[in-house]
Amino acid sequence: MADREERRFAEVPRESIRLMAESAGVELSDDVAALLTEDVCYRLREATQNSSQFMRHAKRRKLTVEDFNRALRWSNVEAVCGYGAQDTLPFRPIKEGDLFFVEDREVNLVELALATNIPKGCAETMVRVQVSYLDGKGNLEPQGTVPSAVQTLSDDLLKYYQQITRSILGEDPHLMKVALLDLQSNSKIAALLPYFVYVISGVKSVSHDLEQLNRLLHMVKSLVQNPYLYLGSYVRSLVSSVMYCILEPLAASINPLNDHWTLRDYAALLLSHIFWTHGDLVSGLYHQILLSLQKVLSDPVRPLCSHYGAVVGLHALGWKAVERVLYPHLPAYWANLQAVLDDYSVSNAQVKADGHKVYGAILVAVERLLKMKALSLSVNAEGGIGGLPRPGGIMGCRESSPGLSPPPEPLSEPGLGIASHLHAGGAGCPWEDWTPVPLPAMYCELYSFFGDSLAVRFSTGPSLGNSPPAPLAQPPTTRKELPGGTANLDTARKMPQLTANLNISPRQDGSPHGEQGGGVGSAGASQSLARSSSSSSVQRSRSSSSRPGQRPSGLSRDVFPKARFNPLPAGPPIFSFVIGGRQMGRRCQGRRFQTTFTPSQPLSAVSSRTYAHKLPVIGRVGKPVRRWTCSQYSLHLPL
Amino acid sequence: MAAVQDAPVEADNEKEIKTETLNDAAGNHASAAGGVIPSPPVASTSSSGPAKAGGPGSEEQQTLMAVLQFLKKNNFVGAVDVLRREAGILEDSDESQGQELAASALGGAEAGDATCTLSRASSCTTSTPAVAAAPAKGAGEHCSTLSAAFGKRKESGEDQPDVNVVLSAYSQQGDPALYQGYYSGLKKFVESVLDCHRAELSQLFYPLFVHMYLELVYNNHETEAKAFFEKFSGDQECYYQDDLRVLSGLTKKEHMKGNETLLDFRTSKFVLRISRDSYQLLKRHLQERQNNQIWNIIQEHLYIDIFDGMPRSKSQIDSMSGSLAGEAKREANKAKVFYGLLKEPEIDVPLDDEDEEGENEEGKPKKKKPKKDSMGSKSKKQDPNAPQQNRIPLPELKDSDKLDKIMYMKEATKRIRLGPESLPSICFYTFLNAYQGLTAVDFTDDSSLIAGGFADSTVRVWSVTPKKLRSVKSAADLNLIDKESDDVLERIMDEKSASESKILYGHSGPVYGVSFSPDRNYLLSCSEDGTVRLWSLQTFTCLVGYKGHNYPVWDTQFSPYGYYFISGGHDRVARLWATDHYQPLRMFAGHLADITCTQFHPNSNYVATGSADRTVRLWDILNGNCVRIFTGHKGPIHSLAFSPNGKYLASGATDGRVLLWDIGHGLMIGELKGHTDTVYSLKFSRDGEILASGSMDNTVRLWDSIKAFDDIETDDFTAATGHIHLPENSQELLLGTYMTKSTPVIHLHFTRRNLLLAAGAYNP
Repeated sequence: MADREERRFAEVPRESIRLMAESAGVELSDDVAALLTEDVCYRLREATQNSSQFMRHAKRRKLTVEDFNRALRWSNVEAVCGYGAQDTLPFRPIKEGDLFFVEDREVNLVELALATNIPKGCAETMVRVQVSYLDGKGNLEPQGTVPSAVQTLSDDLLKYYQQITRSILGEDPHLMKVALLDLQSNSKIAALLPYFVYVISGVKSVSHDLEQLNRLLHMVKSLVQNPYLYLGSYVRSLVSSVMYCILEPLAASINPLNDHWTLRDYAALLLSHIFWTHGDLVSGLYHQILLSLQKVLSDPVRPLCSHYGAVVGLHALGWKAVERVLYPHLPAYWANLQAVLDDYSVSNAQVKADGHKVYGAILVAVERLLKMKALSLSVNAEGGIGGLPRPGGIMGCRESSPGLSPPPEPLSEPGLGIASHLHAGGAGCPWEDWTPVPLPAMYCELYSFFGDSLAVRFSTGPSLGNSPPAPLAQPPTTRKELPGGTANLDTARKMPQLTANLNISPRQDGSPHGEQGGGVGSAGASQSLARSSSSSSVQRSRSSSSRPGQRPSGLSRDVFPKARFNPLPAGPPIFSFVIGGRQMGRRCQGRRFQTTFTPSQPLSAVSSRTYAHKLPVIGRVGKPVRRWTCSQYSLHLPL
Repeated sequence: MAAVQDAPVEADNEKEIKTETLNDAAGNHASAAGGVIPSPPVASTSSSGPAKAGGPGSEEQQTLMAVLQFLKKNNFVGAVDVLRREAGILEDSDESQGQELAASALGGAEAGDATCTLSRASSCTTSTPAVAAAPAKGAGEHCSTLSAAFGKRKESGEDQPDVNVVLSAYSQQGDPALYQGYYSGLKKFVESVLDCHRAELSQLFYPLFVHMYLELVYNNHETEAKAFFEKFSGDQECYYQDDLRVLSGLTKKEHMKGNETLLDFRTSKFVLRISRDSYQLLKRHLQERQNNQIWNIIQEHLYIDIFDGMPRSKSQIDSMSGSLAGEAKREANKAKVFYGLLKEPEIDVPLDDEDEEGENEEGKPKKKKPKKDSMGSKSKKQDPNAPQQNRIPLPELKDSDKLDKIMYMKEATKRIRLGPESLPSICFYTFLNAYQGLTAVDFTDDSSLIAGGFADSTVRVWSVTPKKLRSVKSAADLNLIDKESDDVLERIMDEKSASESKILYGHSGPVYGVSFSPDRNYLLSCSEDGTVRLWSLQTFTCLVGYKGHNYPVWDTQFSPYGYYFISGGHDRVARLWATDHYQPLRMFAGHLADITCTQFHPNSNYVATGSADRTVRLWDILNGNCVRIFTGHKGPIHSLAFSPNGKYLASGATDGRVLLWDIGHGLMIGELKGHTDTVYSLKFSRDGEILASGSMDNTVRLWDSIKAFDDIETDDFTAATGHIHLPENSQELLLGTYMTKSTPVIHLHFTRRNLLLAAGAYNP
């Protein structure tokens, strides 16, 4: 009732009618024109009203010229020709005078008729199926998955899809390489993206097969690197697949012979890569990732390999992430870890080995945290110098880092605004009340945990903190490349490595050796142990070799601390070693690591890296890696 | 109605209304013809004829005479003969006998030999496909049987006199300046009456407004008309906006010619239901004021259906009004409707053996059981509400049909029970690259084929199973095959023609409706070109073009038992056809605007038609009567669905609302609000627990139909008067809303296992 809005109709002005009549050669008097005008308006309205039924029955919302023509035809009026095109017609004014017209371009028919590039007909009309599964309550089942029916793809694409998936998941490494390369550069596979994403989401079903997991991750990497693909919301799906590889206690990790650590490292690297390149596609992604990592980290029930994944994940996401999530958690987590590491029982050996992995990962993460923090402080301090050259060491390190494309992590970061991400985090986020810990305090605390394992050194004296030295200018005090056993070390590597000092004690030795003056001693173990144990005739042992790390970067094999066994015919050798460090009153001794080997297996058959996890390897082992597709190293992260 | 009006004061009024009945019938006739052919002689004879004679029988006689006169005048000798003959029979039998005769004649027809006595009438006509409209009432069933025999007069030149006859009623005029006063006087009066009467009397505003406006326009008082419109159009209910828009454009007498909406107003009486108290109040007021102008309009253009009892509330009135010609008269919905289902034919067991010889031993007992379960209740005792099995002759089941029935039963045992707790999964068939415009979709009952009608005049058929579509080999090749071999049915198929989809060319305008035959051998399509075409799905060629509608045909639908089909279109007439007759068997005339959708009742004895006049009508196939008129929609109706038990009807309209109707009682029993655009498709699940609706607003919605039907309290009073209180429970009934991806939903279908299929064209 209240609808009193006036209904106005489009009206044709009298002048137009007269103009049209003139063009037809008829002169109209005023009143005739007026009458005609009114009639024309009425007829137009009538035709429009009639045409709307054609629209309704064609189940459209848009009234087309065609509808109008039909209405005209059914009322015995000639149809209007020439306006059948679907696209809108531009309606233009003329500058001189209030004249408007519809643009009507001339079409050169000859050109059209003789044209050589005959346009293809539009694609064939077809029917495509989409199923929405409802559960009992009428909720849609999650829609992220793609229906397995690939039938709607064109034949070519279908073939491509089959070839690619087959060769990536197949046996032939060469084929795989080719396929991955193509996936990385092919510009026409946008239509297949959902299917690839779907395939990748199959990580959950192959968690027993490291090789397949690896291949799927490579696929992710190729997709992410393909410049022609717009990942859109598929990023989320990819990230969840990658996160699965990082965090989940994979079925493959049940068998200690499987090197799932490498997979986790690789996945973490990939995660950071996805995040830095595509993080903007999905809002809040960073936040979510951090949350899930944190959740895993704070869950003591999770196995150590999950914790390891969380740590390397955080590490990969940058030092800010480490600072905000890992660092605050460290005291709580440390207790758990310590309990694991302190358990020398044989049954615990495996778990303990895992614990060492985690320890190593944490150590690497906090080292970089310290370094970067110090750097950022120094950068801030030298803020006056615009665009100051980055410390060469870091740059060098980044460039030489073997990753294919190290994530462009901003050093003095707010550029990309992680911080803003974090601050934007909703209520209840643990880092809401987070306040940055000053570097000295942080260092002190970390030092209390790691002691001199920390490669980054600051004076813990009271004077510290005013102007912390730029860390790179200050070479790490104790620096030692970890032994790579059979491996050569990347000569270009300049990143600080933690110092390790290895004690190999004969089994009777339960007590830790080498409390060498609290400072320098730290233990590292190397893969070579495995080898040496396999050929126990070669006895290379360097007990308590504390090499103050003034070594130049180019370390050769023989200078590495090597494990040494006392040839003990009976029983497995037991290693125990200590990482010295002041435990700030918590413990007067250094951390002690111990592990047991059972050399009874046919070790020679197994490649060295299979054993890598068995040792409390801290830092890195393995070959220097140029391609990070190679899974021979772990924990290698560009700094 | 006459029964109610017994007060002596209204003696003359009663007489008046009596004639109106006739008048109305003729009016319906004329209006049905309005857009198509004018038939004023009928209208004038019947309305000016000796209408005072009492009793329905003699009224009928009168009409018959009128029709005869009309036929003679137009030189339809054959038709006259037929009508005479029929009338001669009828003269010595009363009406019921006549009906029985008709029924028995129908029953006698053997469908086996593919003849049908329903088509008696068509045999004796030689005229062009008829567009003549049958009087829906008055002449009754006999005339509609005959209607096919009505020749069609040439249209040319007759428009004008006809319209003048129709419009001449407006020639009586008062002082144009006083119209505003009259109207506002009435308005003041209505505002002053008691609340309970106000709502009822407010119903008068709209028809009075329209007719006063038209009178002004007709008598060339353009400025007064415009002023009148300006002043009072805002008072009208918002659901009349569409009609008001048409009216507002109409300001000259010349415009009135040929305006269909106008003809509707004029030729049909606007029906109002008013309680006796309110009516007397109104009458007293008008008599006191000597307000003859309004009284005249009421007498002439309105039909006031008076009932005893409580005046209705505003919401009650609103729920029922909105149609082009007011509400349905109460007696229009009084006829008995046999809404029960037909008995399922027994299927002999030997067929099972043929079907699956392999699992003979274990298969048999298994199969028998479900049969008993599923059919026992239906077949053991006849549904009291069901029509006689042979009320309408149905085609006999072929072997292949029986096989299909068995398949159906097997599938039915695997059917999922749906309910609010277990909703169906939805499978959406999206038509991609449908640039030519998808206008209609249909699935076969077993969901193996999907057909689409397109605006580029093509019909496309897809197979949605891995089985490809194959056509039969050519005649020459068929001669070569071994006809005795067991796999002859396989051998006749041409492997080379196998493809996933076939395109059927033949129409010359957009295809607005497609429908598969239940046996999957045929496909119907109807088009803007005025034809309905029957296609063979064996050869993928057109078999018949049914010409009869001379205007766009908006919808067509196969009977659930095959053989018959219904079509309806712009000419406002729905036609019933049999596939083997090129002329319609029945014509259902009565709608005041385009017939937009058609649907067969599950027992094949009735058809429902929805129209742009915002009413749904239910027609009896046997005698062509309109047995139900449902009003309440506020926009053109675009979808209809019967519940599987045949008791209920759902209808959806452009206003986005879905209304539920109880067919037996002729009542509106539910209103489902939620859609924001035209509801183009409705479907009940196989067991009727869920109603699915698909709309232009890109959603599929699921409704709890069981609850909707149960929630209605039908005491005797509401059943008798039809004044129902609709519960406002759309939100409770809505079980789920599912968005498509920019795809209007234009068809819905439940598979035999209750998976919901939906279809539409992607519309970026």
